[in-house]
Amino acid sequence: MEKIRILIAKPGLDGHDRGAKVVARALRDAGMEVIYTGLRQTPEQIVEAAIQEDVDFIGLSCLSGAHNNLFPRVINLLKEQNAADIKVFGGGVIPQSDIPFLKESGIVEIFGPGTSTEVTVSFIKQLYDERS
Amino acid sequence: MSNEENRKQFTEAKNKWTEGPVAKILSRGPERKERFTTSSDFTVENIYTPLEFAENDYFQDLGMPGTYPFTRGVYPTMYRGRLWTMRQYAGMADASESNKRYKYLLEQGQTGLSVAFDLPTQIGYDSDHVLSDGEVGKVGVAIDSLADMEILFDGIPLDKVSTSMTINAPASVLLAMYICVAEKQGVSLDKIAGTIQNDILKEYIARGTYIFPPEQSMRLITNIFEFCSAQVPRWNTISISGYHIREAGSSAAQEVAFTLADAIAYVEAALEAGLEIDKFAARLSFFFNSHLNFIEEIAKFRAARRLWAKLMKDRFKAQKSKSMMLRFHTQTGGSTLTAQQPDNNIIRVTLQALAAVLGGTQSLHTNSRDEALALPTEESVRIALRTQQIIAHESGVADTPDPLGGSYYLEALTSQIEEKALEYIDKIDEMGGAVKAIELGYIQQEIADSAYNYQMGVEADENIIVGVNRFAVKEAPPENLLKISDQVQVLQIERINELKAKRDNRAVTEALNDLKTAAEGTDNLMPYIISAVKVYATLGEICGVLRDVFGEYRPAEIL
Repeated sequence: MEKIRILIAKPGLDGHDRGAKVVARALRDAGMEVIYTGLRQTPEQIVEAAIQEDVDFIGLSCLSGAHNNLFPRVINLLKEQNAADIKVFGGGVIPQSDIPFLKESGIVEIFGPGTSTEVTVSFIKQLYDERS
Repeated sequence: MSNEENRKQFTEAKNKWTEGPVAKILSRGPERKERFTTSSDFTVENIYTPLEFAENDYFQDLGMPGTYPFTRGVYPTMYRGRLWTMRQYAGMADASESNKRYKYLLEQGQTGLSVAFDLPTQIGYDSDHVLSDGEVGKVGVAIDSLADMEILFDGIPLDKVSTSMTINAPASVLLAMYICVAEKQGVSLDKIAGTIQNDILKEYIARGTYIFPPEQSMRLITNIFEFCSAQVPRWNTISISGYHIREAGSSAAQEVAFTLADAIAYVEAALEAGLEIDKFAARLSFFFNSHLNFIEEIAKFRAARRLWAKLMKDRFKAQKSKSMMLRFHTQTGGSTLTAQQPDNNIIRVTLQALAAVLGGTQSLHTNSRDEALALPTEESVRIALRTQQIIAHESGVADTPDPLGGSYYLEALTSQIEEKALEYIDKIDEMGGAVKAIELGYIQQEIADSAYNYQMGVEADENIIVGVNRFAVKEAPPENLLKISDQVQVLQIERINELKAKRDNRAVTEALNDLKTAAEGTDNLMPYIISAVKVYATLGEICGVLRDVFGEYRPAEIL
């Protein structure tokens, strides 16, 4: 079976990367191919990297409160680049009241604080299987 | 314990107890865990007795409060004389909004200010920079120029209140702005007191708001040391921070180790720049986390004090007692807050705050219950401040220094943390020091490993988080969260445009050119930065000049 490919990305200026790194490592331990962008990526850089790396998913992490601005920009850029088949999920400090807006804009799921990495792993596997 | 006979007596008693009552209980069933551990992965024994610190010498290892090695506290009377400074980290939206929050906190009995800046400010971008989109005013206050800083401290007398500013890469610029505000208030520089975080190494390690490469960053830092020792004598020129190292996932022992390794690098850089140890060492301050394991945290603070005193005395040959004192601010552990059942966080914060006080902190920030979800509301902040006031005025723990000193368990852990931290420091020394260890990714890797192992422990139910992997309930989404409007950015941009239209732009260009020339040379940059700030050059313009000359740091990514 082909490996699931994922880009874990930190959009914006936020420096909190503990969650992003832990999730990246858990996904890798679950057998996926994981690329981590590092800090301070613009939506443009993230989408470019995702296309270049031919990933199936992008995981966005933001704890600075800029998610409503940054996450939809990634989705829109993917559409512009005809890469909307790349599914985007997110995590971080994201109030529940923002989740409907993010989902409407095309984010498939938001994993809030306290989410077990197993939940994230099985969500991704399921979505991948449904797709292919 | 000096007496051989005494030791024999304890050994016998312990053996008898282990083989007798303990064995009997264990024969009926095992203990809750196969192995009890602390965050630093020390095995917790089933009993601590005077045997565990048989090697300790009271006068050498503990001493009296206010005397070397300061294990029991940096001041002789500790909180009997003066309580710790209650300093809530705050800042959001724009300067006038934050000014209101500061005045509210001061009215509620807070005794010092602590400024949180938004990310663009922390990374040296103005609010109109493309990378600032969506970030303006979100995690702190947006400051673009001296004009904002004047509003931020409007009506707050800088000779009466001490101010801590969490600012690192552009610390010199924000300090310059503070100095200019003080001058405008007619307060002389020897009267202002406060702290800038100014700790770039932990930005590379854990916090992420770096701008310039290490060498140039270290120059800016030593420039500040030098400038302040002559001009702003009551200013803490750096707050060497373990807080974020811990938040990133380190253990207690790693927090002490990596913080002190960074501190050693700063001291060495300052010595290399020609400063005298006893001229700047007393203005170094520290910043630690207070985390979950109550006794281990108290031990950590004590161990850090003892180890620093020894390093300053033996390694750096400091002469003055003040140079050997590790004075520190504490914040309760943000990463321990849960989004689930957020009111439970009040209890976590209480325990962590208590540990900080029992550990002898000089100032304290208590987190608010809703901070896993958003910036705190005014009501949540008030509860957090009241927590400190209850500890201070009702619990009695502030009435004698180091009230838990002499606890067998606490003393054993204090020694273990010191020992483990020293092992790490030796290893980092072998690599060529903290800067080198960071460039190699060693420190980041150690922390990432700890963070991952902790999370796996949570998922295996070895680490219990109440309300998350145990005792969870179905909850309605939390209400009344603070939300920062995107309008803040629009207004900030308008303000920048207005400022640029009305300031003396020729003076700005001149000041920025002078700064550029100085940055290319070897002069102390502080006077040049102050001159630029004074004519209302923006933070982004000043950092832009320095970016051009110094370049930007690009880290290697470590998973």
